[in-house]
Amino acid sequence: MDTILQVRELTRRFGGLTAVNNVSFDVREREILSVIGPNGAGKSTLFKLIASFLKPTSGEVLYRGERISGLAPHIAARKGVVRTFQETTIFRNMTVRENVIVAHHLRSRASLLGFFVGTGTAREDERAFGASADEILDFLNLTELANEKARNLPHGHLRALGIAIGLATDPAVLLLDEPFAGMNHDETHKAVAMVRRLRERGLTVLLVEHDMPAVMKISDRIVVINFGQKIAEGTPVDIQNNDRVIEAYLGAEDEAIGL
Amino acid sequence: MNRTLRLLGVAAFLVAVFVVVPLLISVTGRKDVYYTLTSVALLSIASAGVWLTFYIGRINMGQGAFALMGAYVTAVLVNHYGVAFWWTLPAAGLFCAVASLLIGLPILRLRGVYFAMVSLVLTEVTRLLALALPVTEGAKGITNIPLPGAISLFGLTIVPDFATLENPRIAFYYLAATLMVLCFAGMYRLVHSRIGHICMSLQQNEELASSIGVNIVHLRLIAFAISSFLGGISGATFAAVTQSVYPSSFTVTDSVNFMLNCFLGGLGYVFGPMLGTLTLYFGWNLLFQTGEFQLLIYSSLMIILMLVLPNGLLSLGEGRRKG
Ligand SMILES: Nc1ncnc2c1ncn2[C@@H]1O[C@H](COP(=O)(O)OP(=O)(O)OP(=O)(O)O)[C@@H](O)[C@H]1O
Ligand SMILES: [Mg+2]
Repeated sequence: MDTILQVRELTRRFGGLTAVNNVSFDVREREILSVIGPNGAGKSTLFKLIASFLKPTSGEVLYRGERISGLAPHIAARKGVVRTFQETTIFRNMTVRENVIVAHHLRSRASLLGFFVGTGTAREDERAFGASADEILDFLNLTELANEKARNLPHGHLRALGIAIGLATDPAVLLLDEPFAGMNHDETHKAVAMVRRLRERGLTVLLVEHDMPAVMKISDRIVVINFGQKIAEGTPVDIQNNDRVIEAYLGAEDEAIGL
Repeated sequence: MNRTLRLLGVAAFLVAVFVVVPLLISVTGRKDVYYTLTSVALLSIASAGVWLTFYIGRINMGQGAFALMGAYVTAVLVNHYGVAFWWTLPAAGLFCAVASLLIGLPILRLRGVYFAMVSLVLTEVTRLLALALPVTEGAKGITNIPLPGAISLFGLTIVPDFATLENPRIAFYYLAATLMVLCFAGMYRLVHSRIGHICMSLQQNEELASSIGVNIVHLRLIAFAISSFLGGISGATFAAVTQSVYPSSFTVTDSVNFMLNCFLGGLGYVFGPMLGTLTLYFGWNLLFQTGEFQLLIYSSLMIILMLVLPNGLLSLGEGRRKG
């Protein structure tokens, strides 16, 4: 399989703290790759670097061979690398459907002026966005809530809406930061199935997650980070049997995480 | 809302502005009201600009600066260079738009109270510049600005020379009302097109907006430029109406009032600034009889209104409408 994303010796410092320290790994096309590590290990920072929300102190991220780190979030998004947020981040005062429609921004062919005067292309765009939004809402089982104000959604659905917004941008790589956080067993189960279906849609999915059983079930490969450094990389089986991981991260908790 | 109902509303509004008001004034003989309504129309245009910057999530207290700039552009071009007022009007708008791009690039990064403070300072800086620069002629300002001339197209006079009119105030009223209608029609379209939704995404969450690919720097600049364009047009027309401009023509107080107009009318409604301007302007004048208590009563009423109606006067109609 082809490499879609290359993380090259990525480092990010905040003052004296090195949140991400010389991390390198490759992501293959249509792979589900999880990044795990204890709280404060630098996982979210890593995702922000990849999606160009933060500039690296050194190192770079290549998307299909092209550097995307250190630019700007909207440029990374335009190229196809989009992140969802660890905190549920949505447009609170829009309806669920409006959230998804507005997120089609990158697919517009009409210019802003075109939308203002209402050209034919602009009207076609709006029709297409509406149809695509409905398809995405259906895909994420949000159709019934389409006209609900986003701020009124229950927690589990907020996560789904965050992903719907990400999907609307038509990304090639979607970075999900703790998509299963705060979900009960049933909801996680459904969400895991949903992430699998993302891959079936042709997406490459990177996720940060603390829910170990879910991670083990869903991931093709796992990257483990501790204190900003990569300490292991491999298949779920490799990771479960990796001494460094068990020592540094899993330790005595292995019962709690279902190993 | 129903489409026909909306069209009826627009028609009723246009008839009221262009037919009923002039009729009432001629019946009652209160010609002075023309000046008042002209002011309201022009101030509401400047307020509409402020409203648009609110719409992208910035508290704009710099509109006085752009109104002042626009007024001076017209005054200088007409008096010093003999340019026809009608050309100076778009020139003033464009001048302000370009100036706002240069100013906005560094300051639109700031959020919340920081942007508000810097924009407030901008108003004061512009006043001081007007005092200091040779071209603006210092504290004595630029006076005796000639009235707008005629506009003719293919030998046909569309707009008569204002100086030949018996009462140019009526002509200014029609001019201001036309500008206001154009401004709010444009704003309505903007907000109800996709652009409005993108602006709203910016207001609600800039990080998320940029993650869906919106160039937030770009969009903020566009909104600020449109806002300042409107400020410039408003100021330029004021200069023509009063035939003068001074450094104190638009001050910090005006900047604050533009913002209050938006608050009062309702930040969620395109026509909020229009209603807000009308209410505040007349409210302030009505309180004139209370003498020294004018400001006190005015301020207290404002506070109460904002507590009772945090979403503005237009939110009163919200119960009937859905969504
Ligand atoms: N903007 C910032 N400024 C300063 N320090 C930061 C900043 N962002 C993150 N950090 C620090 O960098 C380290 C890594 O943070 P990060 O959010 O990447 O961790 P994480 O692995 O996502 O943790 P969690 O599992 O709790 O979400 C933490 O010590 C954090 O305090
Ligand atoms: Mg995190």
